[in-house]
Amino acid sequence: MRTVSLTIDGQQITAREGDNLLWVALDNGIYIPNLCAIRDKSEPMASCRLCFVEVEGKEQPVTACTETVTEGMIVNTRGTRALSLARRSFELLMASHSLDCAHCPKSGSCELQHIARYLGTRLKSKQLRELRRDLPIDDSHPQIIYDPNKCVLCGRCIWTCREHLGVGVLGFAHRGFQRMVTTFEDEPLAISKCDRCVECIGVCPTGALLPRNETKTRVTSES
Amino acid sequence: MNPKAKTVTQNNTGEEVSAEKEARDRQETLKILKSFGRKRENLIPILQKVQARLGYLPREAMMEIATHLGIPEIDVYGVVTFYNQFRLNPPGKHSIRVCLGTACHMKGGYITLDAWKRRLDINQGETTPDREFDLDTVACVGCCTMAPVTVVDNQPEGKVEPTKVDGILLAFELERGAEGQKTVR
Ligand code: SF4
Ligand code: SF4
Ligand code: FES
Repeated sequence: MRTVSLTIDGQQITAREGDNLLWVALDNGIYIPNLCAIRDKSEPMASCRLCFVEVEGKEQPVTACTETVTEGMIVNTRGTRALSLARRSFELLMASHSLDCAHCPKSGSCELQHIARYLGTRLKSKQLRELRRDLPIDDSHPQIIYDPNKCVLCGRCIWTCREHLGVGVLGFAHRGFQRMVTTFEDEPLAISKCDRCVECIGVCPTGALLPRNETKTRVTSES
Repeated sequence: MNPKAKTVTQNNTGEEVSAEKEARDRQETLKILKSFGRKRENLIPILQKVQARLGYLPREAMMEIATHLGIPEIDVYGVVTFYNQFRLNPPGKHSIRVCLGTACHMKGGYITLDAWKRRLDINQGETTPDREFDLDTVACVGCCTMAPVTVVDNQPEGKVEPTKVDGILLAFELERGAEGQKTVR
């Protein structure tokens, strides 16, 4: 396999030709914010718009998850234009997030908190008006609590569910602001064909999918 | 067939009749599926054909389609809920389409929609239990000067404020009353 050498933030890196820029950076210890990228998926969704970087010779910042590494490529992950675009995307994401870290069991390991810290921005949008979806929480399942109001539509749970079940019970449905991760006919997880592997919980970057017992412990320890 | 006799059968064995209909819907769906390959890209043409035949996309039909294409049921549901052309409920006798295009939005289309919802006691995308009305929204029907517009049985009605909603429904009620009397006589 042919290799290419490139520079990311001044660091010399060798990668396989045709590799994806986001994963090359992450595998070499260089962080680029991302939510919707899935390593084994051939076509990136590129929907979260958090992974903007600047590439020398390109007029506009580009999303790292859709870039292929090339010989002599020079990448800057800390460019002001790229970061301000990422901050804007993050704000848009958070404007409809039901933010309540104080009572959220994910707090501390939440990727949204991590990304906010990295981008030097607050979790609560300063400029955008908050627009909540107020969707019902699904606590029908014996092991999972699903709060769609904390979902960022990254698709990781859907991908994992399909990998595990082959067919899968989770998917996207509805349109526009109503778009959500759900089941066939929006039926509660408990009566869906869920196999109870609960692997979706492990890949969720936010507090949208949580193990039931953890939620309980948290609630009791606080009360 | 004697129309009277038919009514009686329906009344006595209402459930069987609906089970019969379900079986018929299933036959129709399977027949349509037979004419399509199992490639995922056939999903939308299949949905269109099934809806054209059945009037909407029942749960069982969506499940058959998913099995035929070997895709998750949620993916069929995802496509059905994405496109406005697909219905999850049987169509009513009368269709009510509330315009929420830019002009109608500015002129209070949402208030009109709320009035319809309240009067019919259903949400958008639903059908009244008596199958008289189905309610949905559209994005601009091209007669913005008449905003807020509601398209009633494909006929655009202008300046539909909540009071006009009542007026339109009253007209339908009178019509129904007159029909009922005709049959009684
Ligand atoms: S999901 Fe993350 S950002 Fe949202 S409330 Fe929970 S900890 Fe906070
Ligand atoms: S539930 Fe979690 S993993 Fe699934 S799409 Fe939402 S944020 Fe992503
Ligand atoms: S990771 Fe690139 S757009 Fe989401």
